[in-house]
Amino acid sequence: MHEMAISESIVQIIEEQAEAQNFSEVKTVWLEIGRFAGIEIEALRFTFDVVSRNSVAEGSSLEIIEIPGTAWCLECGKNVDIKQRFDPCPECGGFQLQVSGGEEMRIKELEVN
Amino acid sequence: MCTVCGCGEGETRIEGHEHEHDHGHDHGHAHSHDHSHSRDHHHYGQGPARAHAPGMGQQRMVEIEQDILGKNDRYAAGNRQHFADRGILALNLVSSPGSGKTTLLTATLDALAGELPLAVIEGDQETSNDADRIRATGAPALQINTGKGCHLDAHMVGHAVESLEPADGSVLFIENVGNLVCPAAFDLGEAHKVAILSVTEGEDKPIKYPDMFQAADLIILNKIDLLPYLQFDVAKCLEYANRVKPGVQVLQLSATSGEGMENWLQWIRMTREARLIGHPALQLPSAAVTA
Repeated sequence: MHEMAISESIVQIIEEQAEAQNFSEVKTVWLEIGRFAGIEIEALRFTFDVVSRNSVAEGSSLEIIEIPGTAWCLECGKNVDIKQRFDPCPECGGFQLQVSGGEEMRIKELEVN
Repeated sequence: MCTVCGCGEGETRIEGHEHEHDHGHDHGHAHSHDHSHSRDHHHYGQGPARAHAPGMGQQRMVEIEQDILGKNDRYAAGNRQHFADRGILALNLVSSPGSGKTTLLTATLDALAGELPLAVIEGDQETSNDADRIRATGAPALQINTGKGCHLDAHMVGHAVESLEPADGSVLFIENVGNLVCPAAFDLGEAHKVAILSVTEGEDKPIKYPDMFQAADLIILNKIDLLPYLQFDVAKCLEYANRVKPGVQVLQLSATSGEGMENWLQWIRMTREARLIGHPALQLPSAAVTA
């Protein structure tokens, strides 16, 4: 349930931006969430609704851009797509993989009033 | 309340910070909002001035491009710098509830007391039972109760370090909330995450909770004295751990029987000494001991 903490961080960043960039209402929030970020999207939506109440983000909708998982395969010497952290390399079947993408957790942009 | 980076809004209590309502505990608990520097004073959308600010009412896109946990990461970086300056080896101990983390910790403290300066930060949702157990070993310990929170964050740890003031050159054990999911996402500024897994759990835990085992630099397989009574397949467990984190070091031990403990103690000694190489203020060999 750390999605609650994640939602609080999102709302806080939005509130800081509201002051810095002069807006008072947020319609849409675009997030980039990696496959390995450890975020349960439904839990994030639920907690965001709760946490954003009485903030400039109240009533805004969350748009999630999912970043696929990629890893550097030491055997093949290139980046490959993986679905889970412990997947073997889809090309050589080895496990000498270093996750290179999919851990992102970013606020990308906002549609505001 | 510390909204900076954490959950458990208004619920977090760090031991030793008194506040007016003492609920009959030995130690007063306080809400961490006592710390003025922890609060950014922003007031948004509350007054008419905001609603009527110029340029409003126009729909537009605002690019943000910010890491959601950027603030936690900045606090973690601050902690990490502090630990480096003071030659403190901070270890973030993570596991499921019931892996024997606190028992391992008390056995470790008993073994290293008088040899190395030690300190402990204990994270639990409620009670100071664990810190009490730790203090019984003689090591200074501070309890953080996260309330509804499921993990420690870098900001809580920063405050705890302020209160605890671990000695220069000490080993600081941070016992995270028993949870293999959430603490993986929150950097505390530690040197290493150490994941503790016991043989009474499933051998497939590393692939069930890959985020955490991937983040750990060392895995301890605890309670090996119970192996004769269980179906736990050690080789399989090591294979799974290596799948998630190729080449990860795994130490097998029993905190209760003492088997394998010396390897863990040696790992702590060597890791600490390696960190102190070239430290301007702290010289090796490590003879300094605090009470």
